[in-house]
Amino acid sequence: MNYVLDFSVVFEKMPDLLMAALATIGLALTGMSLALVIGVIGVAARTSSIRPLRTAVIAFVEVVRNTPFLVQIFFIFFALPMMGIRLNPTITAIIALGLNGGAYAIEIIRGGVDNIQKGQVEAGLALGLHKTQVFRLIVLKPALRAIYPSLTSQFIMLTLTTSVCTSIAAYELTSVAQIIESDTFRSFEVYFAITLMYLVISWMMMGLFALISRHFFSYPVR
Amino acid sequence: MLHAADTQSPLLSMEAVDKWYGAFHALKNINLTVRKGEKIVLCGPSGSGKSTLIRCINALEKIEKGTIMVEGTKLDDSGKSIDAVRREVGMVFQSFNLFPHMTILENCTLAPMRVRGTGKAEAEKIARKYLERVRILDQADKFPAQLSGGQQQRVAIARALCMEPKAMLFDEPTSALDPEMVKEVLDTMIGLARDGMTMICVTHEMGFARQVADRVIFMASGEIIEEAPPETFFRNPSHPRTQAFLGEILAHH
Repeated sequence: MNYVLDFSVVFEKMPDLLMAALATIGLALTGMSLALVIGVIGVAARTSSIRPLRTAVIAFVEVVRNTPFLVQIFFIFFALPMMGIRLNPTITAIIALGLNGGAYAIEIIRGGVDNIQKGQVEAGLALGLHKTQVFRLIVLKPALRAIYPSLTSQFIMLTLTTSVCTSIAAYELTSVAQIIESDTFRSFEVYFAITLMYLVISWMMMGLFALISRHFFSYPVR
Repeated sequence: MLHAADTQSPLLSMEAVDKWYGAFHALKNINLTVRKGEKIVLCGPSGSGKSTLIRCINALEKIEKGTIMVEGTKLDDSGKSIDAVRREVGMVFQSFNLFPHMTILENCTLAPMRVRGTGKAEAEKIARKYLERVRILDQADKFPAQLSGGQQQRVAIARALCMEPKAMLFDEPTSALDPEMVKEVLDTMIGLARDGMTMICVTHEMGFARQVADRVIFMASGEIIEEAPPETFFRNPSHPRTQAFLGEILAHH
């Protein structure tokens, strides 16, 4: 082995890498937000009394969870333009991450909702609240609290999956690293550096999730 | 019997009500009229349909036949009639069902604000009034899990009262409580009865029935078997099934 490590290229390109890391965090946070919205609305739709709506949600979850993310993002980026829908890489990445994360979120949140006792719903109805109010005001928060660990680990997955968006040349950490690597041939140094950066990003996300939990889910339970 | 109340139109009535769960005939030809201010105690063996009966009154259960009228509103499948009835009828459950993520005060202000459109300040004023009445105002900022069972059930009563209902349904309100907490809940209910609330209580607390009920109704196998003022009901139950039931339940108390 006569490969001599030289991290100077990493330090030189650090501003580019940091900007790209920020882009990755941005992609992850917007993707998560979209996934959470899709997850909550999807669960509400899945429990609605309108049958086609329930079927549509089930079909969506089936398709997304049983196909590769790479194919999904290619489909949105390369196949949809054939039908006249052309999106830039960043928007494509956010939509793909949101839809993919959303399908998993639906399954996870549904587990939490199913675990809420029937009495909670009945108490809300007996007080005169409507079904949607009961879901939004009474069921949702305790349900999210119950599945919070699963949901956040899914969202860490989503954060790391942003690297797949390199495949459509979205601006994020892995794609920028790839460019630096192909310019400098410093593969080890560059990928070692972004490995550490992804680790730090994951830890930051976990910290953020812990803060959110402390803020929203700190009420005592037995 | 000719009371002054007899001349009033009923607050609540059930006429020829039948309910099935699949093939199981849960309620059979139920006829019941409750006047304003009346206190009814429903008792009977488990599975006799007493909980089902009161759950039909606020449409938590659907009936297959018959008519239920509450305050002049006929209960049908329309959301409007269900809304109208639930607004006027409060319910207290065996398992309290307080909302764990809301403080005691928030539990009490939720429905007035969201259902009646009451402003926050006004809703809190009402909540404090009823929390005071169930003697638990000092716990207003705590969460349900921080309260004992008896305290939680008193909050549940206050929460229902905050909607200022015309009638209250109690579904075995003391059955899930430790024995030492039963009294505080019963005392609250007795106070409510004294203040003239119309109440339908499913309970096995026969002392409570003796003390506050205008009528005691005994159910078995989905039917109303016997109905009488408490003195008659306890002293001279006419039906053999009532006699057997009372013999059993009084032996345990």
